[in-house]
Amino acid sequence: METRGLYGEIAANRRRSLLLVFTLTVLLGAFGAALGSLYGDAGAGLVVAMAVAGVLLLTTWYGGASMTLAASSARPADPARDQVLLNVVHEMAIASGLPVPSVHVIDDSAPNAFATGRDPDHAAIAVTTGLYQKLDRDELQGVIAHELAHVRNFDIRYTTLVAVTVGAIALLADFALRRMWWSGPTRSRNRGAGPLILVAVLVAILAPLSARLLQAAVSRRRETLADLGSAEMTRYPEALARALEKIEADPEVLEAANRATAPLYIVNPIKSFEKRAASLLRSHPPTEERVRLLRGLVLSGGPAPGSPASGSSS
Amino acid sequence: MIGIGIGVVLLVILGLIVLLVGWGILTYNSLVTLRNQLQNAWAQIDVQLKRRYDLIPNLVEVVKDYMQYEQEVLTRVTEARAAAVAAQGPADQARAENALTGALRQLFAVVENYPDLKANENVMRLQEELTGTENRIAFARQFYNDTVMRFNTRLQTFPTNIIAGVLGFTAQEFFETDDAEREPVKVNLR
Repeated sequence: METRGLYGEIAANRRRSLLLVFTLTVLLGAFGAALGSLYGDAGAGLVVAMAVAGVLLLTTWYGGASMTLAASSARPADPARDQVLLNVVHEMAIASGLPVPSVHVIDDSAPNAFATGRDPDHAAIAVTTGLYQKLDRDELQGVIAHELAHVRNFDIRYTTLVAVTVGAIALLADFALRRMWWSGPTRSRNRGAGPLILVAVLVAILAPLSARLLQAAVSRRRETLADLGSAEMTRYPEALARALEKIEADPEVLEAANRATAPLYIVNPIKSFEKRAASLLRSHPPTEERVRLLRGLVLSGGPAPGSPASGSSS
Repeated sequence: MIGIGIGVVLLVILGLIVLLVGWGILTYNSLVTLRNQLQNAWAQIDVQLKRRYDLIPNLVEVVKDYMQYEQEVLTRVTEARAAAVAAQGPADQARAENALTGALRQLFAVVENYPDLKANENVMRLQEELTGTENRIAFARQFYNDTVMRFNTRLQTFPTNIIAGVLGFTAQEFFETDDAEREPVKVNLR
């Protein structure tokens, strides 16, 4: 892989993820129209598809941060106990130009972290006590920078939109299959009914599957973008590379996570799932690949003054 | 017939003028936004520097009693701080700040030699606060430089560069660190 430099990588990744989301939206529209035409009105099908997505979106838009935090039993960070963590978050907020997010701590010895919140003004970062204790200050900086990059890229909003679109496709497919099971298409001509139903069933099965594949691809792309964003903020990608290796190597399983919240974490916390799942369905790129990318980055401008890479202590 | 022709041409010209003015307004607004971000980034650096000034007297107080033989290091820190607070003008201030950073680094290096001092909880907290502050200053400068880069790039690329000078925007300078700051820290071991 040629080295493109940090900013080149960031631009390329942004383009790719936008393309993926665009494809997903087109898929939703096409699916809706296809189902609609099956029942005689393609336009109505399209409208229904968008409406379903819209309703799902509204219900998930504002709930976001507090639901996720509550589900992970996180407590707000304490200035006395979590001094280093709060300092690191402040430093990274300054480096990125973002407002300081609210910081939370999860009592779990498995190292991991996530970010949530619909935009930088309403963001929250949660870190496990395991992460806090097992990483050194530079590595912690790398992880926090990665989470802040998610916030800056509006990734939470992005993945919500994608999840909603996929959910809408899944709902529509479900609905269509059910209707076909109980009563055939309303305007099928008897001669053409057989193959038409077969096509319809195939579409109803393939559409949600391809939507999920696209969703996983988008998720991986955004993870890579966040890794690059972390390198941009710290100017010291080695820190995040080391942190990722440490987290990956840690045998402990994060108890607070489940399949729903897994994609939010910096490294997929569900260890056994990761080993069984096909690589196309992964929400995160493989850790070795991430580490390789970070270590191969060509930075212009060198390490930040005051960072360990420039020779001062931390 | 000719009347209609002239009318269409006038309309086209009018449309072009409107588009040009619109583009000019948008460009001006985005440049103003960038310049304000730049000023904000610069102000942030000052905020972090002041924070450091406030923390240092505490640190000196706490370590003073333990470090009987290192008074020169402590004195240098206190003097450097006073000089930085009193500095006038950006060049002067930059020099004083760099001197203060150097003095603090020496202090941290020396503290490593005093295990009792190192283990003292107050000292540890203060040291972490100062480390945090030094990092914040460094990242504030980094962010300022990043913003300068964005601003200058916007100014110098086509088509904004055509009107940037006319509108009164000039390229800004990067914040450079002094060469003295890059020297390795000298520690006298006893």
